Amino acid sequence: MNMNITLHVWRQKGPDAPGRMEIIQADDISPDMSFLEMLDLVNERLEAIDIESIAFDHDCREGICGMCSLVVNGIAHGPESATTVCQLHMRSFKDGDAVYIEPWRARAFPVIRDLIVDREAFERIQQAGGYVSINCGGSPDANAILVPKPEADTAMDAASCIGCGACVASCPNGSAMLFVAAKIGQFAHLPQGQPERFRRARRMVEQMETEGFGACTNHFECEASCPKEVPIKFISEMNRDFIKAVLKGE
Amino acid sequence: MKFDAKIPEGPLQDKWTKAKFDLKLVNPANRRKYKIIVVGSGLAGGSAASTLAEQGFDVHCFFYQDSPRRAHSIAAQGGINAAKNYPNDGDSIWRLFYDTVKGGDYRSREANVYRLSEVSNAIMDQCVAQGIPFAREYGGQLDNRSFGGAQVSRTFYARGQTGQQLLLGAYSSYNRQVDKGNLKSYPRTEMLDIVKVDGHARGIITRNLVTGDIERHAADVVVIATGGYGNVFFLSTNAMGCNATAAWRAHRKGAGFANPCFTQIHPTCIPKASGHQSKLTLMSESLRNDGRVWVPKKAGDDRHPLEIPEDERDYYLERRYPSFGNLVPRDVASRAAKERCDAGCGVGPDMDGEQKNAVYLDFAEAIERLGKDVVEDRYGNLFQMYEMITDENPYEVPMRIFPAVHYTMGGLWVDYNLESNIPGLFVLGEANFSDHGANRLGASALMQGLADGYFVASATVPDYLARESSMKAEDKISPDHPAFLEAEGALKARIDQLLSINGDRTVDSIHKELGEIMQNHCGMDRDRVGLEKALKLIPALRNEFWSNAKVLGENESYNTSLEKAGRVADFLELAELMCKDALTREESCGGHCRAEHETPEGEAKRDDESFTHVAVWEFTGEDIAWERHQEELAYENVKLTTRSYK
Ligand SMILES: Cc1cc2nc3c(=O)[nH]c(=O)nc-3n(C[C@H](O)[C@H](O)[C@H](O)COP(=O)(O)OP(=O)(O)OC[C@H]3O[C@@H](n4cnc5c(N)ncnc54)[C@H](O)[C@@H]3O)c2cc1C
Ligand code: FES
Repeated sequence: MNMNITLHVWRQKGPDAPGRMEIIQADDISPDMSFLEMLDLVNERLEAIDIESIAFDHDCREGICGMCSLVVNGIAHGPESATTVCQLHMRSFKDGDAVYIEPWRARAFPVIRDLIVDREAFERIQQAGGYVSINCGGSPDANAILVPKPEADTAMDAASCIGCGACVASCPNGSAMLFVAAKIGQFAHLPQGQPERFRRARRMVEQMETEGFGACTNHFECEASCPKEVPIKFISEMNRDFIKAVLKGE
Repeated sequence: MKFDAKIPEGPLQDKWTKAKFDLKLVNPANRRKYKIIVVGSGLAGGSAASTLAEQGFDVHCFFYQDSPRRAHSIAAQGGINAAKNYPNDGDSIWRLFYDTVKGGDYRSREANVYRLSEVSNAIMDQCVAQGIPFAREYGGQLDNRSFGGAQVSRTFYARGQTGQQLLLGAYSSYNRQVDKGNLKSYPRTEMLDIVKVDGHARGIITRNLVTGDIERHAADVVVIATGGYGNVFFLSTNAMGCNATAAWRAHRKGAGFANPCFTQIHPTCIPKASGHQSKLTLMSESLRNDGRVWVPKKAGDDRHPLEIPEDERDYYLERRYPSFGNLVPRDVASRAAKERCDAGCGVGPDMDGEQKNAVYLDFAEAIERLGKDVVEDRYGNLFQMYEMITDENPYEVPMRIFPAVHYTMGGLWVDYNLESNIPGLFVLGEANFSDHGANRLGASALMQGLADGYFVASATVPDYLARESSMKAEDKISPDHPAFLEAEGALKARIDQLLSINGDRTVDSIHKELGEIMQNHCGMDRDRVGLEKALKLIPALRNEFWSNAKVLGENESYNTSLEKAGRVADFLELAELMCKDALTREESCGGHCRAEHETPEGEAKRDDESFTHVAVWEFTGEDIAWERHQEELAYENVKLTTRSYK
């Protein structure tokens, strides 16, 4: 049975323009549509009456590129757990619902237009050491480096971060700790990451602070909203590495 | 126009070694003076950008997402091939080469494919050294799985997120170079034209998607790695933004387009469920390691799958291809699925009066044999993805799958050095045509993208710079050169034109219509009548677009309608070329299957006499016309046979 939904959408023409919530009716929506397909349809209808469409970020639409970034009814990526908003389906809503759609809100993520924000700060954090310093060519045989399966699995848990920024958007302090800890944690659990382990932790954490992300005061909202369920234990591991780095002067 | 592949002399095994020795080098002290533009930050572009920057060149990388990590390579699930032979099951560089040439139905270049197989092992070494968390055995060694078209296990993987991890690996090397100041990123920037000076590619024109600014960028060499054009079909497994624009603009400036009709329809995707669907989702080929494909034996049997007894099920791949079974190549599996659905044995809900459009992929046997935990460990995220979309639990009910457009083997023509026929324009990854012939085997696009970027372009691009006498570091071309100003002016005029059509139809509705034409006439079913019909419909739709599309807003802001309109305008031209190419290729091979050219068993029937060549199309004019050229393919090491997977 198709449904009628009332959307309350953040509209903002540009970075410096004022923004506001607008009410847009989304009628005759099939529960099998994805949330973004519902927005596509709303946009088609807006354009038909010469209103510019609602701008939102999206690309892969299968929960892996990390491009989509909507706060739905106050929750980053919407009501379902372990789901990006592009994987959310309208069957999670019911006829007559009011649905509030807003962009990621954080000091470090300024709005570009409507629901699109600027996440360049994430790039600069990754550039501050989110790598293993090797040059292409000249690496030893792939099986020369043995990695115990449990360690490889833990590294993979961390590496599955898609860099969407939901952790920041859901944190009352706008902290990026989970995002940063995911990269640091991936390398900390692998032999390849050891030589630069402490220096990496220190540089990335410091860059995070420079970018204006808040501090972690243990709300755990980041873990709850993370579409890839990156566990919060990586934050405490990162904190330990950071302290060690400071003590060692790395 | 002549298309010379410039394949090095000598035995196959020695060609790349010899080529590498013959390639010229740039003195380390001079590298900084050369500016390289890379368009695209996926596996191909990202790996090329980071490696050239490591060597010390001044590299500038452009992409349309907000981060290099979001290129569509991120979505690859299943794995990457390498000829390591770790499982000791008889693999070798030669076998990977052989399988790939055979899988491509003998329409790829031997020398390129051999090189690809040769560097495959070094790719794995590089990726492990980067800290990519590949799947491991308990002993700490790398784990392997099998993919279609091979009888060995040579596919390496990281859960169901191999593309993500490989791309994040390339992204980490990339970030290291940004950190060092050797590499500059241009996010949310779309390349909309290339600029030629004295016949050489010397720069690009871009539009900043946030501000609308049109910018001129001059360089010494241009590398395009902008991915595939599957979105010409509207519905595909590609990301929403995947486009042909960069390649198409280069084509319009003289770059040959090779085998445009070679598209891959992937057998295991989640079937379309509604008319508003915006894309299709792939279920990785790796699932065919453990999943069994079947339909009911009886047409029109609409019992629940669990109520259909074993002996009333038709495991048609196992039946038709006993030696490869569920692991036949993609083109074969897709055609077989379609054949069963056309015969009325398809399953799933009725779709708006269309036939039932799915077959089952069943894990019951695997769960019984291996236990649910093992199956979950191998495919958990795919099962989860499936359930989110369909609301069905694949641990309990077989998955429903159907073929969907997935990959484009065609692309810009390149020689052995991955240089197009425009000197100084290199093309890497899915955007070129080089290695997969008429059908790509699973897990070899990731391999190819990384081979191109880490190992091939990093040797051949410097060679171009060293070779070109005009390329002396002193005489740089300025972005104020008349050629740049002219290209910029033309682009601005095109944008104005798009914004002033002021018609009634949304760009999406036109794109959808184009997709339907292509699905119906240039998809899995191709015949003369249909293709000729499409060749009438497409130009008419293009006229409709330019006279009746509605593109709102202005250039000077984030304008998603304008972005889309530019891409669809290019698809409307490319689609025509694809149909022309499909019509001219009077044979069936790999994913290109012409109804007129089938064996009595319904397999593709090649015509080696007339078509053992690459079709290369030259754009000949603004009234949208082409001339067809041929690059003959010589098979000196592999004997052409009828592919058999029986
Ligand atoms: C769902 C899915 C699963 C897959 N699974 C596998 C697998 O398991 N194994 C395998 O081997 N292959 C797989 N493939 C195929 C493989 O992922 C792709 O062929 C490959 O990743 C393409 O890489 P690329 O670098 O050429 O292009 P992409 O990764 O698509 O990158 C294109 C880049 O170009 C940029 N770009 C595009 N147009 C422009 C423009 N006009 N201006 C500026 N920038 C532009 C984009 O921003 C992006 O950075 C899969 C493909 C899909 C869709
Ligand atoms: S659009 Fe890619 S994760 Fe949502």
